[in-house]
Amino acid sequence: MNATLTADIARLRRTNPQIFSAPLHERLRTWGLWLGFLAVLAFGLWWIDASPMRIANGLNKLGLLVTLMIPPWPGDGLWDYIYAMFETLAMAFLGTLIAFVVALPLGFLGAKNIVPNWLFHFGLRRFFDAFRGIDGLVWALIFVSAVGLGPFAGVLAIAVGDVMVFGKLFAEAIENVDNKPVDGVRASGGDNIHVVRLGVFPQVFPVMMSHVLYFFESNVRSATILGIVGAGGIGLQLSDRIRINNWQEAAFIILMILVTVAIIDAISRRIRARLI
Amino acid sequence: MSTLSPTNGRLTSTTREERMLSFDERYRQQQFTRRNWTLLYGALFLAALIGSVAVSDFSIPGLIKGLPMAWNYIAGTMPRLTFENFWADMTDWYWGLRFWLRLLVETILMGFVGTVLGGVIALALSFPASRNLVENTGIYFAARRTLEFFRTVPELVFALIFVFAFGLGPFAGVLAIAVHTAGALGKLFAEVNENVDPRPIEGVRASGGNWPMIMRLGVVPQALPNYASYLLLRFEINVRGASALGLVGAGGIGQDLYVAIRQFEYTDISAIMLLLILTTSVIDISCEAIRHRLIGHTLTQVA
Repeated sequence: MNATLTADIARLRRTNPQIFSAPLHERLRTWGLWLGFLAVLAFGLWWIDASPMRIANGLNKLGLLVTLMIPPWPGDGLWDYIYAMFETLAMAFLGTLIAFVVALPLGFLGAKNIVPNWLFHFGLRRFFDAFRGIDGLVWALIFVSAVGLGPFAGVLAIAVGDVMVFGKLFAEAIENVDNKPVDGVRASGGDNIHVVRLGVFPQVFPVMMSHVLYFFESNVRSATILGIVGAGGIGLQLSDRIRINNWQEAAFIILMILVTVAIIDAISRRIRARLI
Repeated sequence: MSTLSPTNGRLTSTTREERMLSFDERYRQQQFTRRNWTLLYGALFLAALIGSVAVSDFSIPGLIKGLPMAWNYIAGTMPRLTFENFWADMTDWYWGLRFWLRLLVETILMGFVGTVLGGVIALALSFPASRNLVENTGIYFAARRTLEFFRTVPELVFALIFVFAFGLGPFAGVLAIAVHTAGALGKLFAEVNENVDPRPIEGVRASGGNWPMIMRLGVVPQALPNYASYLLLRFEINVRGASALGLVGAGGIGQDLYVAIRQFEYTDISAIMLLLILTTSVIDISCEAIRHRLIGHTLTQVA
């Protein structure tokens, strides 16, 4: 039984060698890709100076920090933290709302089926794409320099960062509408405004709301850290506590962030499930 | 039809008028409850709006005053480029190009190494976090919660803590990226694992494979293209994130951007931002091309 199997395999290998090994150039390419990948990885590890000694030392210190964090305790700043948390939520809420209001017309302008001019919507799309590459924290830093410290800078940073993404998402949603209601409105004598209001808008509104809620969630997460550069909210308290080595309070704030994010996620998931 | 015959009191009406009347009444009731819900949501929204405005010292006059200031600031960062003296102006604008390019390479490397390390951790944790691959609910629960913790604590908070533990520099940044990436990718990988075809798994088990063999031979080959695609997507996100980590001293071009913004070196700000935009665009476009080659166009983007 075993002998016939081996014989069979040997015969197969003779007649159809390609089953058992890939052609040489394919193997070379795979090995080359892996080698390149490993070389870049090794170079990166060398660049960031990841020696085992350093890792061991750092882990020791990290363990020490964790023992310092236990138990998490708010100290006497509990009400300050709660207020800062509300500030964070307010920043995320207003930022998302402003971004939605600004991005709504931009989304319509960026959609192929609303504005047929190729050059125009290509330019607008590239504009959105370009500014998407800038992290929200960098916007926050810029707005703190422009309008001063405080949550107002955070609101503007979130709004500007989101407008770019919303503009793109809204434009895509509008391009994917079903054309039949649009034709219907036009056939019963509606002009362009009517087409947009009665044919397109009811179709895209739930999609837009779902995007907006999703971004509200993610903005709550990012608003928690904007304070690190001075844009208000809980991040300011957290970075202060870390700076003065008050690890118990820092741990408490991190836990507060985790709980708040979980609550917001749960609420927004329920609303989104109802919308769609 | 007989199953539909009404037995509750409201539908026993027989004449046309009565039926119309009861229909009307129900319609009005529905409309009433609907309107109430809309009102309730509207009121909640308004309360949230007013509360937010009060807490965040947001005001329309402030906005009207602040927006031109922000605009002036952005306009102020624009370099003076003249047509006749274009190259000299450009070299003037990009006086620190060699230095910035070095930092830019560092940023990309941080994103790359962080993504790879995070991806390895995510892969290891994704198998115990898939409901169809582990019997033990305790392990499943622990793996899921670990991933959730990694994912929910903001990258920058990890960076702040790691800078403290491992010292200033890109090493702390890479670790922060790796931990956050492990959480985000681990969840996505686990979802991929949960959607694999169970037949190869049964096949490996039937021929006597143990648990690691089942994972290696039954699950990974099916899920590999999706893993790679998510990994590339995450790489794009991480390069963007790495550019911000410098603000807390965790290496990368953010460090220099921070200095430029804090010291009001206006044209430097726009020069670095432009470099960043170009880099992220190139990475986005090339990653998207690779992703489409890997798994076609069907995967929707998951942030």
